[in-house]
Amino acid sequence: MSKSQTAPSLKTARGLGSAKEGTDHWWMQRLSAVAMMLLAPLMIFLVITLIGEPYDAVVAKLSSPLWGGVALLFVCASFYHAHLGLQVVIEDYIGGHAARLTLIILIRGALIILGLIAVLSVLRLMLT
Amino acid sequence: MTDQDTPVQRPLSPHLQVYRLPLLPLMSITHRVTGVGLAFGTLVLAWWLAALATGPGAYDLFIRFMNPLGGLALLGWMIAIAYHFCNGIRHLIWDTGHALDLGSAERAGYLVLVGWLVLSAVMVGSALLFWLS
Repeated sequence: MSKSQTAPSLKTARGLGSAKEGTDHWWMQRLSAVAMMLLAPLMIFLVITLIGEPYDAVVAKLSSPLWGGVALLFVCASFYHAHLGLQVVIEDYIGGHAARLTLIILIRGALIILGLIAVLSVLRLMLT
Repeated sequence: MTDQDTPVQRPLSPHLQVYRLPLLPLMSITHRVTGVGLAFGTLVLAWWLAALATGPGAYDLFIRFMNPLGGLALLGWMIAIAYHFCNGIRHLIWDTGHALDLGSAERAGYLVLVGWLVLSAVMVGSALLFWLS
């Protein structure tokens, strides 16, 4: 078999095709993972240092640009990463078309709402 | 030729009562399980931040709800993150096309397990220190 029969040429590989999406899901899951290689250790450090602290101290810490920023970025990256990951798990284990689509939409909705709550909460702490 | 009338006596394969997953598939499914578990952790994270933004009363309610079992959940969250973190790095290396053969994958797997134990010990240890101080 010649190479042209096994490997598609660049000409045919270009463009998004009829599916209208390419490797975006896979790529964004990796990008959010790389972001969390930095953010997760910072977030865990933040959480550990806040254990047992009174309300005012926790608010003061999260109001700072550094730690509020860490919490904001961690929430964005982790909730997005969780959405992408759960979608793959659902697609792997849920066979029925309707059940699969319903679950994916529900989880996307839940994570958007939760993420919005978390982001707005941190912003409120930082801006007041 | 087998006799059509005698039932097959072979054990089903894999024999579920004695079958143990090899290291690599076991680590793979653990990555999924910890990932799904951590996704549920977003509920607690969102509640924690929302309670902080709402006020001392809401935060007090959150803390009372989390004591003492929430402390265990927090330790579980750290242990799960440590695993997902270490094994996730192995996945990112695989994604670059490296260490894909069975030997390298297994060696990296043992490295992940060591890293997981070390990270878990450091996090749980310092969390307990902050708790008791």
